[in-house]
Amino acid sequence: MRYLPLTDSDRQAMLRTIGAASIDDLFVDVPEAARLAGPIAGLPDHASELAVERHMAKLAKRNLSAGEAPFFLGCGAYKHHVPATVDHLIQRGEFLTSYTPYQPEIAQGTLQALFEFQTQVARLLGCDVANASMYDGSTACWEAITMARRVTKRGKAILSAGLHPHYVSLARTMARFTGDQLDIAIPDLAPGAPGGDMARLLGAIDADTSCVVVQNPNILGHIADLSELAARCHEKGALMIAVVTEPVSLGAIRSPGEMGADIVVGEGQSIGVGLNFGGPYVGLFACAEKYVRQMPGRLCGVTSDADGQRGFVLTLSTREQHIRREKATSNICTNAGLCALAFSIHLTLLGETGLRNLAALNHAGAVSAAARLGGVPGVELVNGPFFNEFTLKLAKESRPIVRSLAGQGILAGVSLGRLYPDAPGLANGLVVAVTETSSAEDVESLAEALEAELAA
Amino acid sequence: MSMNSEGRVTRPENTASAAAPATFTGNRGLMLEEQLIFERDDYGRTGVDLPKAPLVANLLGGLERHRPIGLPGLPEPETVRHYTRLSRQNYAIDLGLFPLGSCTMKHNPRLNEKVARMPGFADLHPLAPVDTVQGALGVIHELGEWLKTLTGMSGVAMAPKAGAHGELCGLLAIRAAQEARGNAREVILVPESAHGTNPATAAFCNYRVENIPATADGRVDLAALEARLGPDVAGVMITNPNTCGLFERDMQRISDAVHAAGGLVYCDGANFNAIVGRVRPGDLGIDAMHINLHKTFSTPHGGGGPGSGPVVFSAALAPFAPLPFVDKQGDDYVLVEEETAGEHHGASFGRMAAFHGQMGMFTRALAYILSHGADGLRQVAEDAVLNANYVLRSLDDVLDAPFGASGPCMHEALFSDAGLAQGFTTLDIAKGLIDEGFHPMTMYFPLVVHGAMLVEPTETEGKATLDQFIGALRSVAERAKAGDAALKAAPALAPRRRLDETAAARKPVLVWKDADLPEAAE
Repeated sequence: MRYLPLTDSDRQAMLRTIGAASIDDLFVDVPEAARLAGPIAGLPDHASELAVERHMAKLAKRNLSAGEAPFFLGCGAYKHHVPATVDHLIQRGEFLTSYTPYQPEIAQGTLQALFEFQTQVARLLGCDVANASMYDGSTACWEAITMARRVTKRGKAILSAGLHPHYVSLARTMARFTGDQLDIAIPDLAPGAPGGDMARLLGAIDADTSCVVVQNPNILGHIADLSELAARCHEKGALMIAVVTEPVSLGAIRSPGEMGADIVVGEGQSIGVGLNFGGPYVGLFACAEKYVRQMPGRLCGVTSDADGQRGFVLTLSTREQHIRREKATSNICTNAGLCALAFSIHLTLLGETGLRNLAALNHAGAVSAAARLGGVPGVELVNGPFFNEFTLKLAKESRPIVRSLAGQGILAGVSLGRLYPDAPGLANGLVVAVTETSSAEDVESLAEALEAELAA
Repeated sequence: MSMNSEGRVTRPENTASAAAPATFTGNRGLMLEEQLIFERDDYGRTGVDLPKAPLVANLLGGLERHRPIGLPGLPEPETVRHYTRLSRQNYAIDLGLFPLGSCTMKHNPRLNEKVARMPGFADLHPLAPVDTVQGALGVIHELGEWLKTLTGMSGVAMAPKAGAHGELCGLLAIRAAQEARGNAREVILVPESAHGTNPATAAFCNYRVENIPATADGRVDLAALEARLGPDVAGVMITNPNTCGLFERDMQRISDAVHAAGGLVYCDGANFNAIVGRVRPGDLGIDAMHINLHKTFSTPHGGGGPGSGPVVFSAALAPFAPLPFVDKQGDDYVLVEEETAGEHHGASFGRMAAFHGQMGMFTRALAYILSHGADGLRQVAEDAVLNANYVLRSLDDVLDAPFGASGPCMHEALFSDAGLAQGFTTLDIAKGLIDEGFHPMTMYFPLVVHGAMLVEPTETEGKATLDQFIGALRSVAERAKAGDAALKAAPALAPRRRLDETAAARKPVLVWKDADLPEAAE
């Protein structure tokens, strides 16, 4: 076995040092009935590197990857070009194969990178502080809801209809067990503002409301000014939680923090982290400084060493499970360290200039695509303002069309029938994301294929 | 003085080695200082080449971001250098033994990195039509089957994002199952030696947590547990092998007692690497157990994640597993999501994260499992346990091993601070090890042992490495017992000396505040 350095003679020598006759003697505490006499039957034995690589390559071949097709999927996961430098740097063994920085004197690399990540995230989302990352956007969103409960000591969360349905689904799962009250709604295809439910949200906030959760851009691509909502929340003693699933948008539009959000959570995948079929991703979590002691997750802070040199450590750990146990702010232990590093490296390469340019490219591409696709007979563009993602209403149910186009080698977008199987009113909706990776030829292929499907 | 033929000095002169001289840069040879990206004058720059955006209508609805964001950009060469320099301030398993007990730092095979990056896996959108992702679903299914077989369990949930998320998954299934029986309960029992995530998770889904004491030999006190069981107890969370590095000999009796009282048994499988291939937890009456893919199956820890925490279930709990999950029908794979759940999986407690789990970890773990096979995985457990016992018996004369007399340990060796000189602590030993070029062991955990030092060598260390580590730890322990004042000043040879954690917490500085950037700092 290529990963196991001990030789049989090492093993014998070590057993003698231990004073055991055989390896079985070291498993004496396992009850006789539960001891397996040999390798588990029916499973293959060890395999060479070549054999494993071939097996995995065969499985990989049964997939149509995003790079092989005109590609327009979004809805919480976006295809962006990641510079080669990012993946090279995160594969340095000192980053890849290190642990949580529990011994800060020999983990300054990870810690400084996390401190830079926290600063970048806080500035991007428009908040005072950010943590060292969460698992992903969806779990960060639920953590924010529980944090609002702790801050306000109220138990009702109002979720915008434009919040990603998986995020809603997760909140429903948890609320069933925690007793939190949720006020939720299904989005509609309102012309100009699909999934926008500002009037509903403004009207629903009451004295029991802990928070309003609103996504911008929302699941159908609509973007809105959240300032009035934030003001209303504050008037009523509630927090506004903003969710960003496409952080590249913040190179073009005002950050939720600027618009008054108290907590901003996000899915950081679209900067530095690939699609990876849904994970691992990186959850962003930022808030106003006054709430920092109610935050979940790890925080990295500045200090100095015995010689007075600046250094970084994990801090405020009395919020965390390994100290506070059942009184912790969250059960989270592992974060998404390596994905946070990828996010940070990509953002360092982009800088403000690059991010703004990238965002402008995305928006311009999406505007052109929306005009072209909206002009296809049987297709109606639903959105007014949007960033790089918009919703089309087709003359037919969209899900079979998406499947049919996939068969033709075009990954057309996300059908709302898949995301909202119980909402027949959304069945003709198709959410299309356009990034810097989508070419004009790709858009043309999609337009022509859609036209053919709808004419059929 | 020795010189080569060109007169160059080839052997250093034997000068008295003084303290390293102060340098202009603050660097010390290859130990390079690196400023923050925010301290450089790079706010207007970028390290990427992008085409200029074409002029088209602006549909941002008046939401344009006008104020500066405050994000520095570094040209590509300087980005590479910045992160490469930072990386060199880290210890890593690639550099040497990393004996963090209960964290399991073992070799990360690069084959796993290669397969995870195959475009057929890495470049897949989670909502791509199911017909176009059959191979990805195949990976999830194949890995799930391995996990079920290795643990002897009936069901598996691949959704959890990390170990603690897996604990949450297990407890939600327990809650859902008991509610379905019309028998919701409020209390989860947790041993004193448990990981902090256990009580935190129980509280996160609204259970009340009560502790179970440990026996003098470091195991769950079965009598105390039995005495506490009753109609309000939903279940127990037992770590096995436990955090003292010991196998819970009474596991079957614990399970039987909990089941007889109407409760369910959650096993924290963080230490499954000690028994994989030698014991199936399903044979011990366990109802749910998470497996940290980054521990047992060697997906890289990455400086603190990402993890992945699939959960295996007994037949009693399998129907309550979360969405989505993958089913195999003939040669095809089906993804059961919300829409079809009513037909196939009505009892599921629902979704616990967006999308389908940590795919990038699944590909790595599967490559690791296939590389070892059934025979190799058994050898993994044996070598991990052998290495830990070798460390235990090589050091129990110099360090106090509180449970050393009770028999062999499993995958990790536990020592205490008993016998150190007055004023010397576990922390001093840890910092002394840093100067010896080793990452310290886990310190002050588990809480049931005073000044705990938990050493987990793992199976990927050879005997020579272990012998060197044992020698280093022995030397540092002897200094701590002798009261060597220089040890209090360790580390002296790391990128930083001891850092003031109290000051960091008293006045937290969590982001860089740039005085020269007034608008962005608002």
